[in-house]
Amino acid sequence: MREIHVDKIVDAVEKLCIDACYYLGDDVTKLMKKAREDEVSDFGQSIMDQLLDNIKISRDNNVPMCQDTGMTVVFLEIGQDAHIVGGNLQDAINEGVRRGYKNGYLRKSVLTPIERINTKDNTPAVIHTEIVPGEQLKITVAPKGAGSENMSRLKMLTPSQGLDGIKDFIMETVTLAGGCPCPPIILGVGIGGTMEKAAYMAKKSLIRKAGEHNADPSIAKLEEEMLEKINKTGIGPQGLGGRSTAMAVHIDAYPTHIAELPIAVNLQCHAARHKEAIL
Amino acid sequence: MKDKKILHAPIIAEELEALNAGDIVYLSGVIYTGRDAAHKRLVQLLKENKPLPINVKDQVIFYVGPCPAKPGQVIGSCGPTSSYRMDAYAPTLLDLGLKVMIGKGPRAQSVVDSIIKNKAAYLAGVGGAGALTSACVKKAELVDFEDLGTEAIYRLEVEEFPLIVAIDTKGNNLYEIGPKKYAQI
Repeated sequence: MREIHVDKIVDAVEKLCIDACYYLGDDVTKLMKKAREDEVSDFGQSIMDQLLDNIKISRDNNVPMCQDTGMTVVFLEIGQDAHIVGGNLQDAINEGVRRGYKNGYLRKSVLTPIERINTKDNTPAVIHTEIVPGEQLKITVAPKGAGSENMSRLKMLTPSQGLDGIKDFIMETVTLAGGCPCPPIILGVGIGGTMEKAAYMAKKSLIRKAGEHNADPSIAKLEEEMLEKINKTGIGPQGLGGRSTAMAVHIDAYPTHIAELPIAVNLQCHAARHKEAIL
Repeated sequence: MKDKKILHAPIIAEELEALNAGDIVYLSGVIYTGRDAAHKRLVQLLKENKPLPINVKDQVIFYVGPCPAKPGQVIGSCGPTSSYRMDAYAPTLLDLGLKVMIGKGPRAQSVVDSIIKNKAAYLAGVGGAGALTSACVKKAELVDFEDLGTEAIYRLEVEEFPLIVAIDTKGNNLYEIGPKKYAQI
């Protein structure tokens, strides 16, 4: 049994919020550079150049790369032999977000859903918790902007719709989204489980190393096929036309009910931000 | 090497009507920010026959909610937000003389129709280029709706803000022209 004090959690979350918003991961930057190389349209090339420039400016000047610093999604993997002490874990996460968004000059974009009253500190965070073997606490902070989030969709397909239904739903989601999610995008797809499990898998697959395939070869093949098809739509960077509509497709699957085929597609813009720490 | 196309704000009709979908322009002058909550309030004020905090005639509205400015910054990161959410409000403001909307992403047909009717235009910024865009802003001051925080109306002085003419005054729409040109399926 190993003790982890909440003060360490607050500090870690504060730093992760700021780092995620200022410094784009190397894995995503690499895919952005590839998208620029592969782009054939004039606008597409110009847009990609500006975005690559922007990544550098935010890194060098320590400022957010995008003004939508998102609603804070936090993934926790808590070792079953870890013991959180010194306070409430959820409160600690939210205090970390509060400090990160204040001290990092990040935008406070969270409000009550119906009255639309801003909470002024970007809390509460959306916290997902998994219990895993071991005694560590892994925290991943993934600020999620609304542009891409708003284009995400979920459907309860019938089993008879099968693989074709899955492919059609993915393509339909990308086509309906057009330029709104700030292509080039990354797609997170969850297939199976139940309604909320599919959505969770779709969101969680976005924090995978960008471009990494599912370990299951048949799913990896579907990821490649969809990426190729999406990049033939012509939507391109910012939806103004081109080849680079998507940089990666990450699919995850889970067994489901004999009468169900849930599918969730969570779109992620090019500012695919997430940072992790292990306590 | 072509000369940079400068577009002045407030808008001069001849300058705007000379632009075509696909042109790259550099906007210099005074623009106003406004997005979801501000637009809702503006339209509500109009319904109640109350005066607006800004006179939109010949003006430019930039759909943006910036980050707070760090010490030494004029404005925090301030890239455009998705314009479709303002589609319900845009025709009303265009009818009052608003000339340019800056945002990102496609617009509804009702907005395209209003753009043609009012000889206005829609210019696209690069979504996500928040740090780059903030460098074009030389001055920022609060105008109204302070309680809306990032969604307040600000008056910005911008210098050579690079934009793509997405929908020109004739209604030519790059969001339709572009993807059609590059589609392979």
